[in-house]
Formats: sequence, structure tokens, C-alpha cells
Amino acid sequence: MSVDTSVRLPGMPVKNPVMTASGTFGYGLEFAPYGDLRSLGGIVVKGLSLAPRLGNPMPRIAETPCGMLNAIGLQNCGVEKFLRDKLPRLPWRETPIIANLYACDADEFAELAGVLSAEEGVAALEVNISCPNVKAGGIAFGQDPCMAGKLAEAVKKRAGDKPVWVKLSPNVTDIVSIARAAVLGGADALTCINTLTGMSVDIRSRKPRLANVIGGLSGPAIKPVALRAVWQVCQAVSAPVIGVGGISSAEDVLEFILVGAHAVQIGTANFMRPDMAFRIAERLPQLMAELGIEDLASYRGSLRVG
Amino acid sequence: MALSGACRDLTILSVTEAGPEGGAHGCYYIELANPGLGSAVAGQFVMVRPACFGQDPVWPRPFSICRLTPEALTLFVQVCGRGTDVLCRLVPGDTVTVWGPLGQGFSLEPDTPTLMLAGGVGLAPFVEYAATHPAPANLDLVFGHRQPLSCYPFAEMAAVVGRAQAFQENTPEDLPRFIELLETKVAEYAGGLIVACGPRPFLMTVARLARRFGARAQVSLENRMACGVGGCLGCVEKNALGQYVQTCTQGPVFWVEELQLSEEA
Ligand SMILES: Cc1cc2nc3c(=O)[nH]c(=O)nc-3n(C[C@H](O)[C@H](O)[C@H](O)COP(=O)(O)OP(=O)(O)OC[C@H]3O[C@@H](n4cnc5c(N)ncnc54)[C@H](O)[C@@H]3O)c2cc1C
Ligand SMILES: Cc1cc2nc3c(=O)[nH]c(=O)nc-3n(C[C@H](O)[C@H](O)[C@H](O)COP(=O)(O)O)c2cc1C
Ligand code: FES
Repeated sequence: MSVDTSVRLPGMPVKNPVMTASGTFGYGLEFAPYGDLRSLGGIVVKGLSLAPRLGNPMPRIAETPCGMLNAIGLQNCGVEKFLRDKLPRLPWRETPIIANLYACDADEFAELAGVLSAEEGVAALEVNISCPNVKAGGIAFGQDPCMAGKLAEAVKKRAGDKPVWVKLSPNVTDIVSIARAAVLGGADALTCINTLTGMSVDIRSRKPRLANVIGGLSGPAIKPVALRAVWQVCQAVSAPVIGVGGISSAEDVLEFILVGAHAVQIGTANFMRPDMAFRIAERLPQLMAELGIEDLASYRGSLRVG
Repeated sequence: MALSGACRDLTILSVTEAGPEGGAHGCYYIELANPGLGSAVAGQFVMVRPACFGQDPVWPRPFSICRLTPEALTLFVQVCGRGTDVLCRLVPGDTVTVWGPLGQGFSLEPDTPTLMLAGGVGLAPFVEYAATHPAPANLDLVFGHRQPLSCYPFAEMAAVVGRAQAFQENTPEDLPRFIELLETKVAEYAGGLIVACGPRPFLMTVARLARRFGARAQVSLENRMACGVGGCLGCVEKNALGQYVQTCTQGPVFWVEELQLSEEA
């Protein structure tokens, strides 16, 4: 049985729904020795800011049961270096490269969107309003529907013809209200979810395992939370949702599509083995054939409830 | 199914206690068949993830290449937590996923008198260093350890290198004497090359002494790593310019003057 893994996302053709999550796949190039980048549905690069950022002090990662905590603090090379040294080496004609944006305030977000929207090799902008590891900006935008909406609007205005994705935080009481506000503000798609805030401590040294004390939890441990969030958001908004959180197999991908996601991102699982995303993309059509799923559009959101 | 990539599923040939008391002190050799990793520079490492990890632990584990031949990859592993415990309980026939060789290895200068400073399990990369050095008579090894000497591949190395000396640290009072020994040695090699691997406090001492005596020295860092390939930014260390650099790709071996070593990792 031949299956169709292609997906329609605003403004970009996507050959399959398997993308990589920001911050877990470097700038893509780091993973090129482990598979063909062109076989992926999309590559979301490490969060970019206008100026390079140093990030948080060490230690900034810790392992937890079925997951990990990180407090990288958005270390990145800055947008200019990315556009000059990294983007030209990525296969952007064959695979959408999505820029993940971080800034301290709405004006800076808009400025960054302006810079990136001029780039042919950037397929979409993913606005990170949900990073738990930075003091200014970050999660504050993602916890208030009004601010999330205004930010989406400010970015959209400067994004030219580039689709704008807003990346939601699970660290809120009602993710649906933020999702609605972002779409009303102009978001073309929603990425769902960023990490959950968490903590890990050592009873012997009596120290936190992260210098930042608190970090973002990711990995298989958060999959049920992500699946629930994607399900709730898909029920509430018509904009496409890109599911992320704990996905580590083709089976997981189908779970997210079943609850309504258009595409998915592989995050922490890229650390389990650097060819993970490639393997999942390769396995997906086989799994679809085994389950008799001809195309993803007809399978999407077909969860039988009640 | 033909799968892409440089990750290899390798079969365990053997897991053996290092020396008669090795098992009691958690020291093992793990031998993997037909690694197919090409050639390596001593000090480079591999990421290892046994199939039985499943979804927990999530991360693979980094290990120095202790010995690499076309027939086998040997790791020298000391049990210190969940992952190493699982690894050392594997049996012949089990499979582990391995990728590498990763990172930057030690400089090798055949004609330069070279001092190898190793602490505990930090001896592992020097087995490969000595085995691949064209003039092992130019090598001098100082090895600090806590477990009995027979738990480490020390005797084999002492047989091939020019000079070798071991120092067992049993009590806190031994530490100043060990540092004194390091001081004498580093001073002696100020005109040569010094390569070091071991616990962070040990490396910080080596770095301090190298600066004091103006010696050319390299240290290999064992920072916590999630991906090993430069993708997570979890393993960083501050360089001389105050920027964070990935120890998995730009290290683990650095010239001491390239770094601002801090106590935390
Ligand atoms: C480049 C490199 C080369 C290494 N070479 C060797 C080697 O040849 N042989 C060997 O036995 N070990 C080596 N290590 C250390 C080895 O990776 C750790 O001992 C191992 O990851 C610990 O895993 P665990 O699950 O047993 O411990 P965990 O249960 O994860 O933790 C137990 C303790 O180990 C510490 N730890 C966790 N990760 C590391 C780490 N990456 N390095 C040091 N301590 C860590 C934790 O902070 C904790 O205190 C190397 C590390 C690096 C980065
Ligand atoms: C080390 C690390 C760095 C991350 N950096 C970013 C980032 O720069 N921007 C962002 O939007 N999300 C970032 N994330 C969040 C991931 O993109 C993803 O949303 C989250 O990890 C959940 O997915 P997972 O469980 O599959 O990892 C990071 C996650 C990790 C583990
Ligand atoms: S371990 Fe991931 S960047 Fe070094």
C-alpha cells in the first residue's frame, strides 16, 4: 500500500510531518552526519535573538526519570551569524527551515521578524513566548492571553509573507485562552508545547542540580501533558497545530495526529540517538501502511471519543 | 531495513572485571565487536546507549575510547550511577548503540617529552594514547587513584611507556603530597607537553600548575552531556573570551589557556 505523508501547513509544502524541535537539533548542521536533512518535514533551529546570547551558567542540564531538565537560557549565535554562516549550508530548498525567535520585548520581536522575513531560506517564524529559562520576556508573554495576542500581531505585521507560528507554554492554567488569543492576533499556526517548569535537587550536596535552580522539563515524561494540550487546542482553534513533547517513535507521531496535530516536532529524543528524527520519518510510512492509513489528512483528528 | 547514519548497533563481545578486584570496585572493560568507527585520536570519545535503556535513562553516556582496533572497541568503565551500572551488567550478545569518534583528542608530538597525568578512570584515554604513540619511550605517566592499582590498566601501560608512577590517595592527608608530586612533575615538563584527564579538581590543579610554570598543557573535561554532537548546548565550558563553548565538539580536550575553568560542570 502506498501512503501519503504530505501535510498542508500555511505557506509551505511539507513532505512529511516529522520536524525537529528548537534547541534540540542545534542549527541542523550538527546532525547532518547522522541522516539526510532533506528527508525531514522541517527543521526548527535553535532559538535566535538579535544579538548573540551567552546563556545561563553551568550546570544547565540534568537527567530526570524518562526526561531531562534544561536551563540553557537561549544561548545562540545571534541572527546575523545564523543567516551568514549556517542557513546557506542548510538544504532550505528541499526542507523548510523554521526560525525560532526570542526577544525581550514586543518591539525587539518585531525587529527580529523583520530581519528574518527578508530571507528566502526561512520558511516560517516560530515565536517562542514560552521559554521558562530567561528572566526578561520569555514565558511572561505566554502566560497572558492579552500579551500573547499583541505579540502575535506585532510579529505578524513585520513577517511579510512568512507564516507565523506561536509556540505555547504548558505552564498556564488555560492553554486554550492563550491559543485563541494568538490566533486572533494573527498566528498562522501554533506549536504546542514548550517545556514544563521543573526542579531537581541532590540530597548529599544539598544543591539544586541546575545552577539556575529551575529548568524546563522535556522528554517522554511530558508526552501525556503535550498530547492533552494539543487535543484541547485543536478542539478550540482551526489554525494548524504542530505537536511537540516527548515524541520518540512513529507511533507517538500518529498519536499526536490522531488528536488533531498537522505536524510534530522531535525534541529530546534527538539526544537519545542523533539519527532519531530520520528514523522516525523513515518508519512513519511503513507504520501507516501497517495500520491501513492512506493519508494523514483523513487520519487527523479522527479520535473516537465517547 | 536500511537506516541512515553513523549510529551503529554494536554487539558486546565481553564485559570483564578490570583485575581480580575490579568488580568489587566497579571497574570493568567492555569490549564491542566490529566497531566500524574508522580511526580515532586518543582523547576522543563515543556516545553509548544500550538497547535496554528504553525511555529511561533518556541520555546516552559518553566514554573515552580506551582502545580502538578494526576488530574491537574497548571501553574502561567505572560504575558511578544508573547508566554505568546497567552497562556493566550487559552480557555478550547484547547490543548497544554507539556513535563516534567524537570531539577533539590530545595532541601527539612524537619527539616531545610528554607527561600524562591521569586521575582514576581518567586513565582510559591514555591507554589509546600510549598504544598509538610512535615513541612511547618519550611518555611519562603519573597516575593518581583511590581504588587498588590492579583495578586499572596501569601495569600494561607501565610496560610500554618510558616512565610510570602511581600514587594512591587513601586519606585526605594524601592530597597535599599528591599535589606536591604534580608540582614537581609539571615543573619538570615546562618545556614539554602535558596531557591530563581526571576529576575536575584534579584538572583545575593541573591547569593552575601549568600556568604557574608556563607549561603547555591540555586537559580533557568530563562535562555532563546529553547529545554529544553539539546540538543541546548542555555541556558547555567558558572559554578565555568568556563565551560558552561545547565540550563535546570543541573539546573534550582543550589547551588550558583556552579555558576559564570553574568548579561547577
Ligand atoms: C568525554 C567523556 C569521556 C568519559 N570517559 C569515561 C570513561 O572512559 N570511563 C568512565 O567510566 N567514565 C567516563 N566518563 C564519565 C561517564 O560518562 C559518566 O560516569 C557516566 O555518564 C555516568 O553515568 P551514570 O548513569 O552511571 O551516572 P548517573 O546516574 O547519571 O549519575 C551518577 C553521578 O555521575 C555524575 N555524572 C553524570 N554524567 C556524568 C558525566 N558525563 N561525566 C562525569 N560524571 C557524570 C553525576 O553528576 C552523578 O554524580 C566520561 C565522560 C565524558 C564527558
Ligand atoms: C536543551 C533544550 C533546548 C531548548 N531550546 C529551545 C529554544 O531555544 N526555543 C524553543 O522554543 N524551545 C526550546 N526547547 C523546547 C523544545 O523545543 C520542546 O518544545 C520541548 O523540549 C518539548 O519537546 P520534547 O519533549 O520532545 O523535548 C528546548 C528544549 C531542550 C531540551
Ligand atoms: S552534549 Fe549536547 S552540545 Fe555537547
